[in-house]
Amino acid sequence: MRNRYRYSALLSVVVLTCCAALFLGRHVSAAGEGKITGTVKLDGPAPHMKGIDMSKDPYCSKAHANDTPTLQTVVAGASGGLENVVLYISDWSGPATVSTTVPVFDQKNCMYTPHVLAMDVGQTFKVTTSDQTTHNIHPLPNPMTGNIPWNQSQPPGAAPVEKSWKAPEMIPVKCNIHPWMNGWYVVVKGPYATTDANGNFTINGVPPGNYTVTAWQESLGTQTAKVTVAAGGAGTADFTFKAK
Amino acid sequence: MRTRLQTWSLLVGATAVLALPMTSWAQLTQADFEPRLSMESHIGNITGHAKDAKGDYRRYCVVCHGENGDGNGESFPWVDPKPRDFQLGIFKCRSTPTGTLPTDQDLFDTIARGMDRSNMPQWSTFTKQERADLVAWVKHFSPRWVGEKPGTPITIPPEPEVTAERIKAGRDVFARVQCWKCHGVLGQANGPSASTLQDDLGRPIAAFNFTEGARPKCGDTDRDIYRIFMTGLDGTPMPSFADNIKPDEAWDLVFYLRTLMKQKSKEKQMAKQLGLKPVDPNAPAGQQ
Repeated sequence: MRNRYRYSALLSVVVLTCCAALFLGRHVSAAGEGKITGTVKLDGPAPHMKGIDMSKDPYCSKAHANDTPTLQTVVAGASGGLENVVLYISDWSGPATVSTTVPVFDQKNCMYTPHVLAMDVGQTFKVTTSDQTTHNIHPLPNPMTGNIPWNQSQPPGAAPVEKSWKAPEMIPVKCNIHPWMNGWYVVVKGPYATTDANGNFTINGVPPGNYTVTAWQESLGTQTAKVTVAAGGAGTADFTFKAK
Repeated sequence: MRTRLQTWSLLVGATAVLALPMTSWAQLTQADFEPRLSMESHIGNITGHAKDAKGDYRRYCVVCHGENGDGNGESFPWVDPKPRDFQLGIFKCRSTPTGTLPTDQDLFDTIARGMDRSNMPQWSTFTKQERADLVAWVKHFSPRWVGEKPGTPITIPPEPEVTAERIKAGRDVFARVQCWKCHGVLGQANGPSASTLQDDLGRPIAAFNFTEGARPKCGDTDRDIYRIFMTGLDGTPMPSFADNIKPDEAWDLVFYLRTLMKQKSKEKQMAKQLGLKPVDPNAPAGQQ
């Protein structure tokens, strides 16, 4: 009997401490949240991106009658800025917040828009189709992580598919009907950002502290940098990937 | 407290995942799955016990599926399609939605049915108890059966009477969801996307050819065919159409698919009388 009291007393103390820690933690971060900004660049000439022959599906080739679609494995701007690089805090130990916004991954003109979609663990995202041709949406995570592969058809006019992922992972996604279609779901824990067409990024909502920021590019790999964020301030991290 | 724990386990998980190259999925060894030897299966009133299947597995299955259940047995180089990797818990023949584990009954049926046009024979020679034990054994290789439950089987309404209208409606479904992209307008597995199909591990794979008289891998009853396109064949390019074909339309499609098959059927005869033409891949959506 006495043991049980002792146990519940201990439990209450633990619970109260945790609540207090959570409350205080939130308070501090809300007041002094900073950010991390920077640029990701490609060193060397941008690799040639192969043009895509979509002639097997007349709908797709017609959609690109006035442009030449290319692979998007490495997308570099005029000044060498790298697009579609995801930046996240790889030693994040803060709360795993889950955004309630629902990002859209669209199948448009037989390409994925965006090519790389970053999201929180557990965040709902939506797969839509704008095309008048049938796609199948087939993400290929490693089932050992807790993320399970699935494969759903999306014929013209199909309703969106809403899904989420259980664990952090870089998940390739493809369409078996149009073998050139490939993209990525980058599932991370903690604040993140994706570079724009000029290679620029801003990770918002970073509480003051010392962090390791990782930059991930689908074919060039990862790089890390140590960054310090002061209360309400901005840390900087620039990355350069060598062209392969 | 829980938040901290979750945080840590997620972090450890993330590190483990990111440290691995994308294509190499974890390979478990005996030490990983031995603790799961108490795994059971439940088929009707039969309870299967993994530990009781060890002898049968070593005698009949190991040569293809391998000591570690990873599909890497001695015969791996010589067989095509490749033996199933049980560690991943991904199976073609399921009554459950895409991305979920199959039921024990699904695995039990697969063992008895075998896989047409593969090295997997029909194991109907086993007793039901032996098969149930093997189902439990197959499950013990994958950690997924500890934390996850099988999906809820899809509901298949009773099969309606075949009519000419239903066959024609089935042809419209075939055109609308574009089965022909892979299977071809005549079901000859020669659609525009057929030649580039790959399974989840990047190996070439063929679409089902309806015209050769072959049996579909996951069964050849009308209900089997209904289930195949509604749940999809996980691990292959065949997606689930559950969100885009209504249950009633699904029966129409089953009837139309019968007309493409080599085997004699009521549907085939009716299609002949109707003078049904193959779908036109160039017709705009909704105008067949």
